[in-house]
Parts: sequence; C-alpha cells; structure tokens
Amino acid sequence: MNGLIGRLLLQRLIAAIATLWFVATAVFVITNLLPGDVAQELLGQSATPEAVAGLRKALGLDVPPLQRYFQWLGHLVQGDPGRSLVNQMPVAGLIGSRLGNSLLLAGITALVAVPVALLLGIAAAVWRGSVFDRIIGAGTILIVSVPEFLVASAAVLIFAVHLKWVPALSQLGRIDGIADVIRVFALPVFTLSCVIVAQMARMTRAALIDALSSSYVEMAVLKGASPGRIILTHALPNAVGPIANAIAFSLSFLLGGVIIVETIFNYPGIAKLMVDGVATRDLPLVQACAMLFCGAYLILVTLADIAAIVANPRLRHQ
Amino acid sequence: MRRRQPLRWIAPAIVIFWLAMTVLGPVIAPYDPTAIQDADLFEGLSRTYLLGTDYFGRDMLSRILAGARYTVGIALVSTLLAAGTGLLLGLAASAIGGAFDMALSRFLDALISIPSKMFGLVVVAAFGSSMPVLIVTLAVIYVPGCYRIVRSVAVNVAALDFVTVARARGEGTFYVMLREILPNMIGPVLADFGLRFIYVVLLLSSLSFLGLGVQPPEADWGSLVRENIGGLAEGAPAVITPALAIASLTIAVNLTIDGFFGHRQGGH
Repeated sequence: MNGLIGRLLLQRLIAAIATLWFVATAVFVITNLLPGDVAQELLGQSATPEAVAGLRKALGLDVPPLQRYFQWLGHLVQGDPGRSLVNQMPVAGLIGSRLGNSLLLAGITALVAVPVALLLGIAAAVWRGSVFDRIIGAGTILIVSVPEFLVASAAVLIFAVHLKWVPALSQLGRIDGIADVIRVFALPVFTLSCVIVAQMARMTRAALIDALSSSYVEMAVLKGASPGRIILTHALPNAVGPIANAIAFSLSFLLGGVIIVETIFNYPGIAKLMVDGVATRDLPLVQACAMLFCGAYLILVTLADIAAIVANPRLRHQ
Repeated sequence: MRRRQPLRWIAPAIVIFWLAMTVLGPVIAPYDPTAIQDADLFEGLSRTYLLGTDYFGRDMLSRILAGARYTVGIALVSTLLAAGTGLLLGLAASAIGGAFDMALSRFLDALISIPSKMFGLVVVAAFGSSMPVLIVTLAVIYVPGCYRIVRSVAVNVAALDFVTVARARGEGTFYVMLREILPNMIGPVLADFGLRFIYVVLLLSSLSFLGLGVQPPEADWGSLVRENIGGLAEGAPAVITPALAIASLTIAVNLTIDGFFGHRQGGH
C-alpha cells in the first residue's frame, strides 16, 4: 500500500515538473511571439539605431529563437533570469529584495485566514440550513463574484475613513512593535483573507457535510453519541483529507489577490514589482516573476492533489 | 427560489439594463463623460451630480454609463469568442475521439495551469495593451475552461443511443456534432457561458485597475476605479461607485444563472 502511494506521489511530482516546463515554454513563446522587431517595438520609433542594436543584444535577439530558448531555460534552471532592461540590475537580486515582503504578507494572511475559514466552514456544516449557514453561503458567493479591489476599497472606506481604526495607506518603513504590524498589515491582510476565507469555507463546509451524511455518522447518531463527539471523533478525522485539499487549493487564490492588494496598498512585494515591470515592458523581469508565481501556484495545486490522494483511497485507482 | 417570485426578475433586469447601456450608455448620460463640470473634485452625491464627480470634476454617472460599453462590450465579445472556440473544439474532441481528443485535452489542461492574471500580465508585457490584444487574450485564457465543460457534457451525450443510431445510419462527424450532440447540451453550455462572462469581467476589470487593460482616454469600470484611487483616503464615492457597478453586473449574472439553471458551483 505504501509503495502504491509512493509511486503515485512520484507520478504527481513528475507531472508537476512537466507542467512547470510547459508553463516556462508558454511564457517564452508568448514573450517572443511579437511579429517584427521586439527591440524596435519596445524602444519606440524615435530610438537611435545604436540603442535598438544594444537592446537586441541584451535580449539575445541576435541568436536564433530555438538556441535562445535553451539558453534562457538553462539560465532559469540555474536561478539566473538575466538582467532588467530598465535599470540593468540582475533580476534575481530585484526579486530577492522583495520576496521576503511578499512571503510575509502571504504568511500572515494564511495564519489569519486558515483558522477563520475552518471555523466558519465547520460551523456552517454543523448548523446546515440554519440562518448562519445561509449568511455564510450568501457572503462567500458575494465575495467570490466581486473584484478584489472592491473588497479592498470597501475595507479602507469602512475601517480607515469612517471608523478611523487604521490609517488608509501606510508605508512598510520601520516596524516597532505590535502596533506598527497592525497599522501596516491590517487592511492588506483583511482584504486577502476575505478572498481566501470565502473559497476555503465553502470547500470545508462541503467536505464536512459529505462526511456527516455517511452511514457511520448515522450509526453514531443512532447509538446516541453526543453531537460534539460525532463531529470531533467521527466526522472530522475523515474529512481531514478534503479539508487539507481545500486549504491548499484556496491558498492558490492568494496569488491573484496579492497582485491587486500590493498595488492598491502600495506594498513593496514581488507582485508590485511585476506589475511595474509589465508597465515598463521589462521582459526578463516579467518572465522571472511569472515563473515564480506559476511555480508557487503549481506547488499549492499539487499539494492539494496529494492531500486528496492520501486521504481518499478511491482516487488511488485511476 | 419559487417562494421569492418578485425577486426573480430583478437580476435578469439588471443584466439587460447593463447590456442595453453598451449601446445607449453615452446617449442617455446626463453630461458629456469627458467634460469637466463646474464642480469640486471628488464631490459627493448630489441632485446635480447623482453619483458625484471624479478627480477632474467630471460627472461620475456619465462616466460609468459610458464605461459600460467597454466593460460589458469587451467581456461579451471575449466570452463569445472563448465559448465558440471551446464549443467547437469540445464537440470535435467528443465526436472524433481517439488521439485527437487526448492531445487536445492534454494541451488545454496544461494551459489551465497558468493562473489567469499571470497569463494576462505576460501577454500585456509582450504585446502592450490594445483592444484587439485584450479581447483575444481574455478569450484564449477561458477557452480551456469552456472546452472542458463542453467535452465532459458532450462525451456523455455521445454515448447515448440516438447518437449511435445516427452513426449507424452513416451520418458524418459534422452532422453528428451539430445536429445530434449540440442540441442536447444547450443548457449546461449557456450556464457555463454566464459563469465565464463573470470571470472575464473580473479579469478585465483587474487588468484595467492595474493600468494594463483599457488605456486612457478610453475608460472601463476598472480604469475608473484606478484613476480615482487617489480619493480613497478621503472617502470619495468616485472610487467605490464603478466597483459597485462591476459587482452589480457580476452578481446579477450569477443570480440569473441560478434562477434559470439551478445551483452553480466553482470559484474564480
């Protein structure tokens, strides 16, 4: 049995690496698809021929596409995505200086969002059909159908402008003590959490309801076990797999949310770096950031997949 | 649902209203959306300017009505393009089957593993942002999703007896695709079309909000939020009203699908 799981995990891992390679190829193809001269297009019509030639060389446009592709892929694997076209700095360094900020934001969000989502999801499942359940249901659908910047601006209007609990926009700057952490992170984390919690609570509720409707739970009810005991010792342990799947899958929504949140709150993370890179059409920087985000996304989705396989023996025989 | 009869037509009415605004918006706007009014910047709601004014002192209601053309129009064209392509490929995969089906499914599945916002950002970095680039990119991003739904429904329909009979009669692949399979899957395809439309609206708005979608002087609802974001700290309604317009559209479409096709599932 363990050998089977090991083999399945290896399969998923290989599939994830193959997908990552496909994504890298897609990113390369898209950024090299532009008809005509990329250098000329990027610099505009007024550029001097020397500048265009320089950029062509910097982009490696003087080598044939296939060779350029393998060079690029090789450098990427070694962790060297090249130099920024805008300020000539190594892209790896630019990303390195921002990576910590983004991870911090994502980490705090996960710490806040996961427990809240699990509590809401479990409560909604336990009191299925109640007013509380319906409020959670309507609230989560509402949040996943509106843009993230609406959640963010509504949060600013309510908590900063009207209630004046936190300043509207605050810079990262120096952080002295817990008050500063709250001042800087409260609104970004709240916005991101809303998006994650909505998704995760829905999936947790569905997973637990699935377990609660099984025959062994019915058996426990008939036997006269207390509701607390039924949920904690009978239903929850069997829903751990699907819930772990829900957590990993929902966290992948962080990637989309973080782009909007870092922009609206002017937070110095990688997503902001990438958006600025897109605006200035700094292709090496955009390629590297895209690979980083797609890699993180793949890791989370693969983890979700693995959690589902380990928890559900039926998925092992596909 | 049946109990709340009067509520049933509100959501479809909002959808129809915004669809009508793509044509009528600029006509019924109370002011010229680009004209600077004799008003303060970021003015609040008033009798003269129903939704207040923006960072230039322009009438917000007029700008939102004019922006409907871009948000709803672009999203509709992109979704039609994505759904049409997905429908064609999905039907072809189910009718032809074999290696064609497998190769296509594998390729489109791999495409899904690129998060939609990432895909949009990379394309805009490479091509710059223009109307045709936006429409085609949004369509390409949502083709795999449409294809998946169409194929999964079509494969089930293709296994039914009347399809086998048609094949046995000697009908060609195209006849089977269009006359036997397609008419029996209109419901799920339409419901999926509505959901895709919501995702396209949200992605387009996000790109415009980042300044990478619809470019000035043209402005969709996402651009309107972006250009007025400076007024957020002072609580200007100009930031929140275009965002609420987006929400009214997406939620109304969502409820309309629910009303017509029953329960929906899935996230972004």
